Amino acid sequence: MQRRKFIRLGSGMLLSKPVIGLSSVMSNPESRVVIARDDQKRSSPGGISADRIDKLLETGLQALFDISSSRSAWRKIIKPELTVGLKVNCLSGRGTTRPALVDALTESLQKAGIPAERIIIWDRFNSDLEDAGFRINYDRKGIRCYGNDYHGFTDDFHISGSAASLVCKTLTDVCDVVINLPVLKDHGIAGVTACMKNFFGAIHNPNKYHLTTGNPYIADVYNFPVIRSKTVIHICDAINAQYEGGPSYMPHWSWPYNSLILSLDPVALDYTGWQIIEDERRRRGLKTLKEAGREPLYILTAGDAAHRLGNADPSRIKIIKT
Amino acid sequence: MSGLIDKAEYSLLPNPSRREFLHQTLYAGCGMVCGILLPERGKAQDIFPADTRQYVIEARYYEKLDHKKIKCKLCPRECVIDDRERGYCGVRENREGVYYSLVYARPCAINADPIEKKPLFHFFPGSRAFSIATAGCNVNCKFCQNWEISQVRPEEVRSIYMPPQKIARSAKNYDCLSIAYTYSEPTIFFEYMEDTAIAGNALDLKNVVITAGYISKEPLIRLCRIVDAIKVDLKAFSEAYYKNYVNGELKPVLDSLVIMRNQNIWTEIVYLVVPGLNDSDSEFFGLIKWILENLGRDVPVHFTRFHPQYLLKNLPPTPIKTLERAKEIADAAGLNYVYIGNVPGHPAENTRCPACGKTVIKRTGFIVRENNILKDKCRFCSATIAGKWE
Repeated sequence: MQRRKFIRLGSGMLLSKPVIGLSSVMSNPESRVVIARDDQKRSSPGGISADRIDKLLETGLQALFDISSSRSAWRKIIKPELTVGLKVNCLSGRGTTRPALVDALTESLQKAGIPAERIIIWDRFNSDLEDAGFRINYDRKGIRCYGNDYHGFTDDFHISGSAASLVCKTLTDVCDVVINLPVLKDHGIAGVTACMKNFFGAIHNPNKYHLTTGNPYIADVYNFPVIRSKTVIHICDAINAQYEGGPSYMPHWSWPYNSLILSLDPVALDYTGWQIIEDERRRRGLKTLKEAGREPLYILTAGDAAHRLGNADPSRIKIIKT
Repeated sequence: MSGLIDKAEYSLLPNPSRREFLHQTLYAGCGMVCGILLPERGKAQDIFPADTRQYVIEARYYEKLDHKKIKCKLCPRECVIDDRERGYCGVRENREGVYYSLVYARPCAINADPIEKKPLFHFFPGSRAFSIATAGCNVNCKFCQNWEISQVRPEEVRSIYMPPQKIARSAKNYDCLSIAYTYSEPTIFFEYMEDTAIAGNALDLKNVVITAGYISKEPLIRLCRIVDAIKVDLKAFSEAYYKNYVNGELKPVLDSLVIMRNQNIWTEIVYLVVPGLNDSDSEFFGLIKWILENLGRDVPVHFTRFHPQYLLKNLPPTPIKTLERAKEIADAAGLNYVYIGNVPGHPAENTRCPACGKTVIKRTGFIVRENNILKDKCRFCSATIAGKWE
């Protein structure tokens, strides 16, 4: 990389630094994880109404930041002049980040003063987004929505530990901050997929990292400075969670957890998600993920001294249920 | 042309202008009219984006599992893949329990190379090989010189539509003796390679495969029956190196070499010598002993020079003395044909007759300066020189 380019990139990263985010995670010995739960009976087996998702998001944000409105929450973590990427997870077709959550979120962001033109919904391929019910839009006049196939990937490698990848330019060049919107699922290789693993959809070679239960690759990829510094909040769609057979959507192994899980700390959220899946597996008489040979050790790796991406120690995770 | 052995070239890959695209499409259409049948596309039309369907074909080596999972049987990795996921190679995808190759007729690198560039030194020297590759690879060598195509998914590189029959005709048009499946890892575009080899055979073309040898037995045996030569990149002679720098395994590669030997396919071996990582005398001794015991003394071995690239930019190029030491050990152990590669002008680029010691083929880089082999005999002493010559 040329010196000039390095300086430009470096200064760009400083300018786009969120108001809080990683730094607050690292300086806070305790990580807050909010489980915003809706215990009302469902209107349909797979669905939950949009207004109830709006409410879940609102109460979740209020609880996470201990404030009275989501508008204030957004102001704490995103300056209105920044471009916001919403990293959804559409890989499994139907078992994806639901568009109703994304709608609720974009509404909420706009109410907080972030214009539609500076919101981008993005994932791996256009076709994944379309399959999940999103409409591709390259037009700057509204909320943009497209896959990595639109801007492509960086020319230079991002390297951390055992991972070396090109990162999608949507993340590196277009978005200033990222809101991570994963889905809580069992994963046939990694054990659990939620926050950190969702960023496999931001790199060019995720297929190379589906080895040894994804450890340490998942933590290493999240440790790319451009990913960890730009990601300001994680809102995990656990309305339907999946305890077995993932990451493909398997309705018979899914259950209505009816929750959004929110945190500023991806490791704490992933750890919490792991325990939720283990509890459900136990309730249904299945082996633990360790016994099944896919304990998600990458979550512990992410919390270790070499990575310090967040808290994987349950004594340092404060779970707030609403 | 790049001076490095088997470095990918793109010189014949056009910018796909509208006219060229139409021409290619028409060409494919003519192929159908003339009775050249493209393989059936299965269900791909329904579940892949319209602009990629022409590259999609059902994989030929896999096993269907419960819950729409599949197990790939193409290479020893045997990836178990969920619906909508891809294998390690990045170019094969499970869609609703059916496994597809996404790189059929989708070359991203095309060039007419000297056969010496592969390198195949005992296979029709001085001839040209119409060389093709698609995106993808089933290993991830930290020193890969072609990582821009091997370590990406097909959507991330510029490709064109070139069905097997067009490859074969183009090879003829470019006056090539053979078609080479090369640059990335041809195992991962097996279906395309298989059909292209058949199309090439129909036009009296030879077929050569440049591979890491990390392939399962059944597809390898199939390959041996339709191609004429295989060059294997044996990356090292230790499992630790394969694990740490290749993301593969040594044992299956050695098994592949034995299968090739048993199938009587002409084989040459390249060993890229990386300073400090696979260049110890004990590793050279182990390698050569294994070759002598399992493949015989006539298999050509090329010790080639490493140049820093991809993820191993922190190492220097291989000292030439190290390569010469490797050759010395191999010569002393009794291998008949030991070469030094990626060092243009080095005398160990030449082929010497193992009987009389005279130079039978003189080369500079990829250029053959002199050929003293008549049929398969040394012109000076009439000893047989192993290889495919005429």
